[in-house]
Amino acid sequence: MNNRRIFIIGSLLPALLLVLVFTYYPFFRGVVMAFQNVQIFDMRNIEFVGLQNFEKAFNDPKFMSALKNSALWVFFSLVCQFVIGLTLALLLRKPFRGRGVYQGFVFYSWALSGFLIGLIWKWMFNSQIGVINDLLLRIGLIEERIGFLSDPKWAMFSVIVANIWYGIAFFAIMLLAALQSVPADLYEAADIDGAGGVRKLLNVTLPYIMPTIIATTLLRAIWIFNDPTIIYGLTNGGPAGRTHILSSFMLDKLYTAAITAGRRLSASL
Amino acid sequence: MVFPLYWITITSLKPQKDIFTYPIRYWPERISFENYESIFRISKFHIYIGNSLMISIVASLIVIVIAVFSAYVMARYRFRGHGQIMLGFFATQMLPGFISLSSLYMMMSSMNLINNRFSLILMYTVIMIPFSTILLRGFFQRIPSSLEEAAMMDGCSRISALFRVIIPVMLPGIASTFIFAFVQNWNELFLAVMFIDDEPLKTLPVAMNSFVQKFDVDWGAMSAGTVLSVIPTVVLFAVAQRFIVEGLTQGAEKG
Repeated sequence: MNNRRIFIIGSLLPALLLVLVFTYYPFFRGVVMAFQNVQIFDMRNIEFVGLQNFEKAFNDPKFMSALKNSALWVFFSLVCQFVIGLTLALLLRKPFRGRGVYQGFVFYSWALSGFLIGLIWKWMFNSQIGVINDLLLRIGLIEERIGFLSDPKWAMFSVIVANIWYGIAFFAIMLLAALQSVPADLYEAADIDGAGGVRKLLNVTLPYIMPTIIATTLLRAIWIFNDPTIIYGLTNGGPAGRTHILSSFMLDKLYTAAITAGRRLSASL
Repeated sequence: MVFPLYWITITSLKPQKDIFTYPIRYWPERISFENYESIFRISKFHIYIGNSLMISIVASLIVIVIAVFSAYVMARYRFRGHGQIMLGFFATQMLPGFISLSSLYMMMSSMNLINNRFSLILMYTVIMIPFSTILLRGFFQRIPSSLEEAAMMDGCSRISALFRVIIPVMLPGIASTFIFAFVQNWNELFLAVMFIDDEPLKTLPVAMNSFVQKFDVDWGAMSAGTVLSVIPTVVLFAVAQRFIVEGLTQGAEKG
């Protein structure tokens, strides 16, 4: 019995220790810092300032716009990723020739970094020689080029489009797995009752995979909210902070602070 | 779905002057590697590739060693705190990274690990531990415990049963967990930008980041850099796709 305990503790200890010290501790420290007066690169004179930082943030129009953008960003990315992801999963459910290859193409975006995705879309959205403008011109959908990333009217929309593309794969993977777990006899029963394709989707498939849908959507909402990489690569919040979401806004502040601190340091040397 | 990747690849293979000419060519008339030559000329790209490879591989290997044990215990034993620990692992996946970033910087700088590869190896290991544990636990649960019980009847200790009997059966799962961790580490940008500033220590994403800021309009070289950064992950993903997808969805269903 004692051996068992030693084995359990010994096996878990490295993982638990590392996660506690380097994941949870910095997180809670960061939360505490929200109530403190901290210059990150100058650790003297830390003091608690209560809700002052929050007051400052809520009075900052840039912070408020980032907050609003975060809501738009999460909502539209999530809805579109879900609808397209579900459609793809339904299409990929039945085996057909070349399905494996096709599946690979659908899912590969998942292996790319958000930052590089951002760069690739930045190139495609380019207002002068971007391929998206060119395609839209050729089809005749637009008459002159759009500054997708430089025009404040379009910028947030464009950033969300790139993010939708990036996240479809995740939804498709999760939903496909859920679809394949639906027992075949449920469909047989529905067939006997004379249910059509749409009825089967609404009354058999969707209710059965609802737990997966809810779990996936919640998880995804948190990830989309937290992840600034695509925005960082695409616009870094531009034009004039119009496309900042909360996470990219905070990141930008942090990097700016790092750069000025570095300058101060080198000036004093 | 494939178009963005196609487009960046095609761009990288066009000669410099064809990239900016009208009408846009959807199929390159001439293929040229001048963008690739240029990126190795204007930056130390081979060094960044080496750094990224080294850091990602070492961190992922350490992750596997640590997570195999934690996952095995989480899959095979029930004990006090089991549920809380599992929840603790899951919850890390939902913490917003930007909140921890500044305190991590302070921790690393107090340990003198700024501009040191070890800070990234350490953090990449830590970040991937919870998810790898969850993934590997799912793989362990699919192996019947009668397998190692039989081995233990034959006189194996628990650890040698784990290594001689279970791990060999688990190899596809372990490989795909390794690949998953590798891809995440290879792509990581924000910690690397915070911790690494020295030219010879930069990883690929950090290099691409400073590259973007320096040569914003040089899309030829930038597309070549992007393609080079993307190739390893796409290849690995193609190899391990089936297992990763399986592991991911299984883990999610069990969770």
